[in-house]
Amino acid sequence: MPRLRGSGLSVVPSPLVSTSGLTVRYGETTVLHDIDLHVDPGEIVTIVGPNGSGKSTLIAAILGGVPPVRGRIDRAPVLRIGYVPQRLVLDPTLPMTVERFLGLPRRVPAARAREALERAGVPDIGRRQMAALSGGQFQRALLARAILEEPHLLILDEATAGLDQPGSAAFYERIEEVRAETGCGVLMISHDLHVVMSASDRVICLNGHVCCEGTPEVVAAAPDYRRLFGEGTRGALALYRHHHDHTHFHDGPCDHAHEQDAAR
Amino acid sequence: MLDDFMTRAALAGIGTGLAAAPLGCFVVWRRMAYFGDATAHAAILGVALSLAFSVPVFAGAMMVALIMATAVSLISGRGYAMDTLLGVMAHSALAFGLVGVSFLEGVRIDLMAYLFGDILSVSRGDLAVIWGGAALVLALIGWRWSALLTATLNPDLARAAGIDPKREQLVLTLALAVVVAVAIKVVGVLLITALLIIPAATVRPFAATPERMGALAALVAMAAAWAGLRASYALDTPTGPTIVCVAALLFSLSTTVSGLRRAA
Repeated sequence: MPRLRGSGLSVVPSPLVSTSGLTVRYGETTVLHDIDLHVDPGEIVTIVGPNGSGKSTLIAAILGGVPPVRGRIDRAPVLRIGYVPQRLVLDPTLPMTVERFLGLPRRVPAARAREALERAGVPDIGRRQMAALSGGQFQRALLARAILEEPHLLILDEATAGLDQPGSAAFYERIEEVRAETGCGVLMISHDLHVVMSASDRVICLNGHVCCEGTPEVVAAAPDYRRLFGEGTRGALALYRHHHDHTHFHDGPCDHAHEQDAAR
Repeated sequence: MLDDFMTRAALAGIGTGLAAAPLGCFVVWRRMAYFGDATAHAAILGVALSLAFSVPVFAGAMMVALIMATAVSLISGRGYAMDTLLGVMAHSALAFGLVGVSFLEGVRIDLMAYLFGDILSVSRGDLAVIWGGAALVLALIGWRWSALLTATLNPDLARAAGIDPKREQLVLTLALAVVVAVAIKVVGVLLITALLIIPAATVRPFAATPERMGALAALVAMAAAWAGLRASYALDTPTGPTIVCVAALLFSLSTTVSGLRRAA
């Protein structure tokens, strides 16, 4: 079968992944209950929620690491998933160049590895050891590996934890670009409400169950969301969206003014 | 050629090192050193049972090692820290094995031979078992190499790529049981973990990729086996411990060289 590229990804049936009545327990504690959600090709869905709201458990369940006690998880057939974990702790005894990491579990030609690194915004790190990368480079290396196999669905679990505000804004911009280029669906968790609200098509507010769901504007105005996150984010949202209707590059120093502008 | 006991011993040592070192890399990367110890110590119980029921020592040791490794995998995560659990299991198995051996009447058992190995008495049949086991372990590790590496990096990363981390853990467990059974004759149950870990630790500073580390570790293990054998012949020292001493000297040398290189 030829490798799917660009809009070719649309042959995958919609939704890419869906859950209905999903309930997960750890021992006696019910972490998630009655979760209904779906991700369609080409849309960016972001899960927000306070600590302990079950966000990471939801991702783990969708990946198949945590069995549900009730409900179901449906994946589109032959779904390719690209996953960027919250944190990847490399044991210091494990030598690993970025190039080798990109070839796990399937080896890829050097040209494709380089292309993926370029798309992730870090073209020149292929030869370096993973352990020697900065936080931002490391996360982008994870992103490069995740998009390498042209996934139908990109799953990111707080992929920008540990990055500063401009770094994480630039990271999410890359995600949007990848989505635009490949047409993949994106399911992500983020704490960074400011950026989330601007980068998502749909936001799901989670707190053991789905509190509220909808476009960023709808969720930001919802009483449940405000109770969880306070009033403060709305103004920032409006400002950010106002500034966000143009494209720019985030690898130089000039872009930071934009961020501070938006945060004000 | 195989009529000479030194040739047989050299081949036995080299075969064991060849299988143990690449597996040892995973033991180091996954921090399973104590797990290796528990599996190896359990093998002495297998030796006792084999002698009691007149089955080949290799088969008995492998069965008990396998049962031990599986039991530890199953019980882990149920209230005790992994190292506590392994401490209980490893030493209990060793103690029960030693007590079990003492019940055996009529058979004069040289316990030392099983605790520290008896490489100079390796027969042609033993050689066949050792090289057969080594080939099996190398084939298993080679076949699952990429999946094992991915699962070692992060279980969720593996799941997203369609790899079941539990199955990969089982592959390692199986390989470990085979190596333990194979190595009893060469270095004995008490020193098997050394053969797994020391070569891997020795070459870590000189490896940029996991593959190179595996290959270099195999070279170091084979060199230590051969040099240890020659040294024990020249110095009239017990062979198994001498092999481990040579490996330990190589480790000190490697640490010193890499330390100097970093300082320079």
